Amino acid sequence: MKYYSPRLALAVIFLFPLIWSGWASVRGPEGFTLANYRSITGYGEGLATYVGNSLMLSGMTVVGTLVVATLGGYAFARFHFPGKNLLFLAALAILMVPYATILIPLYVLLDHVGLQNSLLGLSLVFVMFQLPFALYMMRNSFEAIPREIEESALVDGAGSVKVLLSVLLPAVRPGLVTVGLFAFLASWNDFFAPLILLSDGASFPLPVAVVSMTQRTFGAIDYGVLQAGVMVMAVPCLVLFLVLQRYYVRGFMSGALRG
Amino acid sequence: MTSPLSTAPRLRRRRALAGWAYAAPTAVIVAVLFIAPLVLVVIMSLHKWPLLGQARPNFPANYTKIPDDPLFLDSVLFTLKYTVIVTILLSAVALGLALLVQDRRPGVGFFRTAFFLPGAVGFAAAALLFYGLLNNDFGPFGFLGVNWIGSPNMALTSTILLVLWRFAGFNMLILLTGLQAIPVEVYEAARADGANRWQIFTRITLPLLRPTLALMLILSITGSLLAFDQFFIFTNGGPDNSTVSMVMVVYRNAFFRFDLGGAAALSVVLLVVLVALNAVQMRILRGATTK
Repeated sequence: MKYYSPRLALAVIFLFPLIWSGWASVRGPEGFTLANYRSITGYGEGLATYVGNSLMLSGMTVVGTLVVATLGGYAFARFHFPGKNLLFLAALAILMVPYATILIPLYVLLDHVGLQNSLLGLSLVFVMFQLPFALYMMRNSFEAIPREIEESALVDGAGSVKVLLSVLLPAVRPGLVTVGLFAFLASWNDFFAPLILLSDGASFPLPVAVVSMTQRTFGAIDYGVLQAGVMVMAVPCLVLFLVLQRYYVRGFMSGALRG
Repeated sequence: MTSPLSTAPRLRRRRALAGWAYAAPTAVIVAVLFIAPLVLVVIMSLHKWPLLGQARPNFPANYTKIPDDPLFLDSVLFTLKYTVIVTILLSAVALGLALLVQDRRPGVGFFRTAFFLPGAVGFAAAALLFYGLLNNDFGPFGFLGVNWIGSPNMALTSTILLVLWRFAGFNMLILLTGLQAIPVEVYEAARADGANRWQIFTRITLPLLRPTLALMLILSITGSLLAFDQFFIFTNGGPDNSTVSMVMVVYRNAFFRFDLGGAAALSVVLLVVLVALNAVQMRILRGATTK
């Protein structure tokens, strides 16, 4: 008891806001109601639009990060080429630069190439922000594979593309899941980058759309609807985290943050 | 590199080309979306760069006018104050939590997950959650009669509660990796020598945890100096601009005053300060590791 009671009390404190938010989102004057969820469905451009935007954004970010980091990680782990260390250091340096410092010029730059207000442009920016962690993770994953495995395949006449796809990719799957999970959580939840890079309400992802609910000048804020919005954003992350917790902690432990 | 793959020069050149091909997407992303914007932000900071219309060189006006912006000066002081308070509280809470869940006992996984779970929620969602939770008409704490964001001090306090709730578990996880790297034998030897729990904590745990603590401090300090979401969403800078962070001023200059050049100059200053700070912290961290 002496061991469990303080920990249990703390667990209650940490879990309480989440449970409260879930409860507040279905609370009505006469008990349980889905009215808040019905009313958020019709908010602004429609909840479906925002969820769709968020899914598109996260989908493109996850796929883009996986492709770039897999190819890059393979290159950094297995090949020698001029400029290799410089490129790796440049990619890691992304971690050192404040978000705002890079987003202000990106706003001008993306506008210049016609990618303003575009989820594609934003997802490319997210891929860039994920690169330090993703590259580091994938390079380490490839390095952990014994060289003999691919060398025997190469001797058998397979090209490096074939070796990568059929021999190495299955072996780095845990790394891919970790990188994909981090890319999803980051792009699904990010608020600052879409706030700066998107101006058209119809292309807003969930966080920007739901926050704009609190900043309307006309009419009172409906807090119940707001908590429904919080749940729509939070539940996919909570579920993914609980299911893939092992991979999350793995990414953490492997010194990801030390990059 | 005595692998048979790289012995023949022709083969080596082919391998180098293949390596470049695989690294090409990384190189393009780094060059176009990282290096180019870094160069552009410096160029922008040397120009009068309106949101719409022609840019004109005006160096050094964007830099010299920084001290004339009282909102920015206030935001520097406020952000520093916030950073110090949050970093101290976050380290203390995270260390406490990590110590509570370091032993392998039945149910410890549940506690770790419970403490970390707020970290899985996006920060914007967490800020909106607290926006309702700490609203006295809607939230469960109205009976306390506390005006959570009514005064500058309360707004800061409430924001810190939000940040502690959202990030304590995350930092706990960092510290836990350090705690678990301490060999059990060290503790056993100390106990055999008759050390009590406090002595074990101050003479063994804390010194051996220094590198991990230093890493946690770096992340907390840089994260807090760049604070935006919590103040933009939860307090909206108020009351009376008392919770305006540095990055919020950058944002305001760019998108409310339409002065991208001025915002770029502030961003460059922020970048220089942060890189310098990182360098200092890395040195300290490295010193701590070798000790």
